[in-house]
Amino acid sequence: MKIKRTAIAALLGISGALSGFQCLDAAAETVIRSVPIGNLKVVDPIWTTAYITRNHAYMVWDTLFATDANNTIQPQMVDTWSTSEDGLVWTFTLRDGLLWHDETPVTAEDCVASLKRWSKKDGMGRSLAGFTKDIETVDGKTFKLTLTQPIGFVLDALGKIDSNVPFMMPKRLAETDPNEQIKEVIGSGPFRFVAEEWVPGSKVVYRKFEKYVPRSEPASLAAGGKVVHVDEVQSIYMPDAGVAMAAMASGQIDLMESPPTDLLPLLEQNPDVTVAANDPLGYQLFMVINHQQPPFDNVNARQALLWGNKQSDYMATIVGDPKRWNECPAVYGCGTGSESSAGSDALMGFDTAKSKDLLKKAGYDGRPITMLDPADNSTLHPAALVGAQSLRRMGLEVKVEAMDWSTLTQRRASKEPVDKGGWNIFITNATVAGIANPLIHTFSKNCDQAWYGWPCEPKIVELSREWALEADPKKARALVDQIQTLHMQNVTYIPLGQYRPAIAYRKEISGVIQSPSLFYWNLKKSN
Amino acid sequence: MSSATYRDIVAGNAGYFVRSNPTLCFGGVILLLVIASAVFAEALVGVDPLEINPLNRMKPPSAEHWFGTDMFGRDILSRTLHGGRISLLVGLVVSACATASGLTLGLLAGYNRIADALVMRVMDGLMSIPAILLAIALTAVTNASTGTVIFAITVVELPRVVRLVRSVVLSVREQAYVEAAVIAGTRPLKIVVKHILPNTIAPLTVQATYICAAAILIESLLSFLGAGTPPEIPSWGNIMAESRIYFQLAPWMILIPGVFLAVTVLAVNLMGDGLRDLLDPRLSGTR
Amino acid sequence: MVEYILRRLLATIPVLAVVAIVVFSILHLTPGDPAAMIAGDQGTEEQIQQIRQKLGFDRPIHEQFYVWLVNVSQGNLGVSIFSNKPVTELLAQRIEPTIALTVTTTIVTVFLALPLGVLAAWHAGSLIDRSVMSFAVLGFAFPVFVIGYILIYVFALKLSILPVQGYVSISEGFWPFLQHLILPSFALGMSFTALIARITRASVLEVLSQDHIRTAKAKGVPTAPLLCSHALKNAAVPIVTIIGVGIALLLSGVVVTESVFAIPGVGRLVVDAILSRDYPVIQGVLIVFALVYVLINLVIDVSYVFLDPRIRY
Repeated sequence: MKIKRTAIAALLGISGALSGFQCLDAAAETVIRSVPIGNLKVVDPIWTTAYITRNHAYMVWDTLFATDANNTIQPQMVDTWSTSEDGLVWTFTLRDGLLWHDETPVTAEDCVASLKRWSKKDGMGRSLAGFTKDIETVDGKTFKLTLTQPIGFVLDALGKIDSNVPFMMPKRLAETDPNEQIKEVIGSGPFRFVAEEWVPGSKVVYRKFEKYVPRSEPASLAAGGKVVHVDEVQSIYMPDAGVAMAAMASGQIDLMESPPTDLLPLLEQNPDVTVAANDPLGYQLFMVINHQQPPFDNVNARQALLWGNKQSDYMATIVGDPKRWNECPAVYGCGTGSESSAGSDALMGFDTAKSKDLLKKAGYDGRPITMLDPADNSTLHPAALVGAQSLRRMGLEVKVEAMDWSTLTQRRASKEPVDKGGWNIFITNATVAGIANPLIHTFSKNCDQAWYGWPCEPKIVELSREWALEADPKKARALVDQIQTLHMQNVTYIPLGQYRPAIAYRKEISGVIQSPSLFYWNLKKSN
Repeated sequence: MSSATYRDIVAGNAGYFVRSNPTLCFGGVILLLVIASAVFAEALVGVDPLEINPLNRMKPPSAEHWFGTDMFGRDILSRTLHGGRISLLVGLVVSACATASGLTLGLLAGYNRIADALVMRVMDGLMSIPAILLAIALTAVTNASTGTVIFAITVVELPRVVRLVRSVVLSVREQAYVEAAVIAGTRPLKIVVKHILPNTIAPLTVQATYICAAAILIESLLSFLGAGTPPEIPSWGNIMAESRIYFQLAPWMILIPGVFLAVTVLAVNLMGDGLRDLLDPRLSGTR
Repeated sequence: MVEYILRRLLATIPVLAVVAIVVFSILHLTPGDPAAMIAGDQGTEEQIQQIRQKLGFDRPIHEQFYVWLVNVSQGNLGVSIFSNKPVTELLAQRIEPTIALTVTTTIVTVFLALPLGVLAAWHAGSLIDRSVMSFAVLGFAFPVFVIGYILIYVFALKLSILPVQGYVSISEGFWPFLQHLILPSFALGMSFTALIARITRASVLEVLSQDHIRTAKAKGVPTAPLLCSHALKNAAVPIVTIIGVGIALLLSGVVVTESVFAIPGVGRLVVDAILSRDYPVIQGVLIVFALVYVLINLVIDVSYVFLDPRIRY
């Protein structure tokens, strides 16, 4: 008996020592375990526009300029810059102490190569390249951008927060063909990507980059000092949000970047968990209409859709909690500099009778409308269901075709008639930050150059160009109203409301920056 | 004897049949009830399974919605009963297709050496890929539809049927009376129809029921993995798959279709056991 | 014996060839390719075309197949289109959790199912027998993921005695490793246990009715040794056969279980790959799966020799 007891005591002692050891270990290292918005498949933020890759890129790479919380562009890697009097020559000088993760210094040459690669892929980058005469290095830390005519959006382009963000990469990476993925992940950002510990489809590990020199200003959105307070961030992808929630409740996970809104009440009840809005602007949900196929090649039929869709139907179904969504008449999103309600009577009014009249006027013959339904997407799938119900309410025959998102992205490219693999309608979303003005908006081009749906209204392109060149805010404002009215008259597409997803984190976490992409600098974790 | 009417005889026989085959009859009755609930879904619950109602989201079971509502405010009872149609359809059609095509291929393989080598190699290949993976590969890369799901599960279930039929053919061919018929110059087709086919019926019927149960289960797993029947039409699998993230908040959403599925699979399996005892007592107790 | 094994190994080649052809044609003859997914949420048609060209998807299909086949025969399974990592490396990263889960599940089920089956056979017709058999039928009836969620709800959330999800490598300590595998193994093992219990019961029942057992019983050999040494030993062949079949079943179940419990195993790897059309990964992993399946069956066939002296090759 006595022997037994000592044995047990010894065992307890050992386990006590072991757990003590573990505690020491934990105190030495601060690790944040976080569930990201999706599965990081591609590590190159120029090769893809996927948001998950952009978020990853903000850890590893740094930007020349960045958007702050007041929507102004602030320097980030750039120390000083100047513009010639005619507005044609821009000179940028990098700040001191910038190092790549392999500890070689960041040079102007690297930045020039990075900008060139970015401007071959990104929409705004291409616009900038269109006005660029030349871009060249002046010395190790200075480079010069020469334009063909003065334009107002140079800094907006360099400091944009939406995909593709112009991240600065070492020259050897930046010289990769933009249609090929970079071969290694080396940046100058506040975190280092640990390639050996990356398990694609499961776990991505970032270590604090000790030699990163943050700016002295406080962090503000993507701008300001990126001070890192943790040693390691583990981004753990979980395919099942319900299980991820349970893991957070039990403390296995510190943070969830996009918990399903329906589950938030469960987290809000948990005293150990904070639920907070992350992106003040959020997302716009919108209906894309194929302008080339009947019946919606007829403007009356499109007007019918405008009257017959009700934003609150969509929002209440896919988001639920009314404090996380609102109706919004603005093409460029609510809460942005280009918010407007011009010409939105039909959009915000809801009148099925009017829809039916307009459809009759358009000569709708009862042909089935093909609606694409990305069944694997937890936001867009319910939106498609509500869409089908709304269309049926207007007296349209609807055929919902379920597919996964990747098939939809192919199918939407088809301009063929519906019975030959084409389509009529699908619903998708975009970050409001990414559509916030006429220049970057998804539907800023026309006809065959336009985004899917191929709306044709040449005046929109003309006025958008005018807006980009307009320096007077008042005149720019008037142009926005004009463009929005044109969008509404032509029914380019239909905004279906704006919603703001939340993030959830355990009480030990503090210093979370509100942003469309979650940043891991400024975050603190107490024990 | 003379006083017994035809009805009495039938009733007496039926009673005897039930008493001697309790599992088969028990399973059969449950299955019939499930089928009836699916066929008469509209009459049983007058609610449209697709109707979205944002004001009624995730309501627990109540007098109005017996089994509660889901995340879009749709009635779960109505969805579950309608979902039964797709799940049962998948089960029945897969078992019919797999049996029919398996029988053809199995006879061919059992009877012709060249066909045998070819068919059996393909079957070995198909069998060596885990069933679920083969099925999602088939459904995920083509457009999701009930037809694709049925096709995929049929392909997955096919090899076992082919093997079964082939083994029956091989063993029957050894029998003296078949060899006699061959020597007598009977045409192969006649031998197959007259001697071999009848011998396959019993084991095939049993196998068909197990395939039906397996198909219903596989459909649910495919939906769970995001490659099942399109969600526009409810099936037990996709109802459960859609509601799985809410299992802490609204467990009824996943449990109710789950129980329907389990009861059905149970009933079909019981029928299989009963049929096996009835048709092929030698196999009793094994699968 | 050696000759038999060699012959069987040679026979795997046509099987693998079939797998290669089937998998390749499923993937390449159907619509949808990864280019659109790579281009991302805001990708344009032009960008998609450029990426497709770079990846070589515009080349004729037989050419793509030939290139792939030559590489595979040299042991080169290719590189993931998305992550740019070699498929062999991805497999190596993911293999441990899958093996661990398969092994623990097999152990759990065999240790549960054998006694249950023997018990049921010994008391055939009794209440014990009937409850074991009811369990055996029920175990088949629920989809793995429903069982998984019920287990998580009860044991991880309500009772808080086991972790919700995840995997801890055995190198980080045996207890945490085991702790994370308990729920997944039980969830996955349910139908497997049912299957083996049924077969065990049937086989033992058959052996029990044979003459030599009756004789032994009449001679007064006690129950326990009789069951263990005589009955179970004689029933070993069908039981082992079914365990072999079961492992194939298990490989299917692993895919779902890994998704429920967020275990970074091979199953999840290939499901993610299929859903995003990462061709090299799908092709490579399925070939390896097929090889494993064939080898397991070979091992089982060979084991018959040791289990039953009457069998010889």
